[in-house]
Amino acid sequence: MTILGNYFYWVVIFLMMLGFYTLIARANLVKKLIGLSIFQGSVFLLYIGMGKILGGTAPILVAGTGVRYSNPIPHALILTAIVVSVAVTAVGLALTIRIKEAFGTVEEDEIHEHDEAF
Amino acid sequence: MEAVIHIALLALLAITAAAIIRLRSLFAAVMLAGIYSLLAAALLVALDAVDVALMEAAVGAGISTVLMLGTLSLVGRKEKRPVRQPILPLFVVLVTGGVLVYGTLDVPRFGDPGNPVHQHVAPRYLEESIDEIGIPNVVTSVLASYRAYDTLGETAVIFTAAVGVLLLLTSGPPLSRRGSEARPAATAARGAAPLDDRVILRVGAKMVIPFILMFGLYVQFHGDYGPGGGFQAAVIFATAFILYVLVFGLEDAQRVLPPRVGYVCAALGVLIFAGVGIVTVAEGANFLEYGPLLGDPKGAQVAGIMLVEFGVLVTVFGVMVTIFYVFAGRRRLRP
Amino acid sequence: MAMVIDGLSWILIASGVFFVVVGALGLIRMPDFYTRLHAAGMTDSIGAGCILLALALQSGFTLVTVRLLLVWAFLLLTSPVGTHALARAARAGHVEPYRAAPARRD
Repeated sequence: MTILGNYFYWVVIFLMMLGFYTLIARANLVKKLIGLSIFQGSVFLLYIGMGKILGGTAPILVAGTGVRYSNPIPHALILTAIVVSVAVTAVGLALTIRIKEAFGTVEEDEIHEHDEAF
Repeated sequence: MEAVIHIALLALLAITAAAIIRLRSLFAAVMLAGIYSLLAAALLVALDAVDVALMEAAVGAGISTVLMLGTLSLVGRKEKRPVRQPILPLFVVLVTGGVLVYGTLDVPRFGDPGNPVHQHVAPRYLEESIDEIGIPNVVTSVLASYRAYDTLGETAVIFTAAVGVLLLLTSGPPLSRRGSEARPAATAARGAAPLDDRVILRVGAKMVIPFILMFGLYVQFHGDYGPGGGFQAAVIFATAFILYVLVFGLEDAQRVLPPRVGYVCAALGVLIFAGVGIVTVAEGANFLEYGPLLGDPKGAQVAGIMLVEFGVLVTVFGVMVTIFYVFAGRRRLRP
Repeated sequence: MAMVIDGLSWILIASGVFFVVVGALGLIRMPDFYTRLHAAGMTDSIGAGCILLALALQSGFTLVTVRLLLVWAFLLLTSPVGTHALARAARAGHVEPYRAAPARRD
């Protein structure tokens, strides 16, 4: 337990930055959306990690005293966040389909060229 | 010992994310994104978040992957080689990562029960919920009773997503010729193979779909006593219908469940949820305070939670089915 | 008795892990898609099956065991169907199987 310490947060931040890099460095729109979903997934891990109590268990009440439960509030918050993330992904993919039909490509630089040429 | 599981899963997550960045085949990247979600779900179980793990597995490895694959069939599967060196994005990412890590230097120790986040509201919910509401799953109590207003907002968000997708994708693409030649992408992919050719898939799907539906019902009603609830159950229900579409074709599936049913369900669920709130206000209590719904307060809470979770189930099911129908029915633009 | 169950669980978990590792190794080392599919199909049926059986032995006669056996039944049903679907899709996409010598046109 002690060896993990705050390294958990650091690794999760590393994952976040991998997703963030995919989002801003890659030109393909679908790749950007995949990067966004990686970014969101690691944010969920960060919040749930903050709610974890070592030696605790899932926040489902069982009979008996002295059982330590992990914090249920981040769980409820992240359930909402997951639904929001799937909503964003769905609308983003729909926009990508329309962009492909309008411009013929989903690469960001080619779309900019189309726009400039207009 | 838990640390070993955390380290192993985090390492796998990092490797998967790095591979996604490097791959130029978008199909492989989408598959790896599904694997990333499954690994994250496993890590969430290791972090005691069982409800969230069920949701992440169902949504990330199920719905998200299916929608992305549907998009890839319409958009193209290969990513172009990047034209210029990504120096600026790399710099931005490094600076942001550095700032965040600097922020975590002050964060309290991982997993310490004395952390500030475990002090004020959480112990109150954990200790009082058995007297005020009486159901074992505290996350469901928080989601559907203590913080029901947020859940109403979330239901409205997913409904808005369905409206957005419908606005974007129900007018067809500008084809020069419409009619029977331009078939939807889903049936065009089926090809001209006779239906008997797919016996194994059809029989396998027919055997499995009833159990998926029953499992969805189980997750919905058991959400009070174990991991589960409205959202997870709705995604599982939608998955059964998506399987039906994938094996039997979009036209057959739309005869079983017409798109209009999806639209009605999407709106009906939000209506039920907000309706419960309006009824409670009409009875004199606060919005979504379930006290006046029944005679005794604990029974009223359970009844309120069940109604609200049913609303969530109906809406999310309608939304998932609608979005999938729209993606699957999109006619592929002939080049 | 408990030691017998523990020993059996150890053997089952070890063999499950072995089959999963072999399946993963086959996924990397096999020459073409169909042979890789053949190797990977093993991980779901026998690899997961051994591990689930070991967990069921550890849980004794409780509800958890019933759930684990149901999961195993579900995997046994859907994994071969999934492998079949993949092979069909590859055939429809004209993925050529690996041949040691070029195919003779008869």
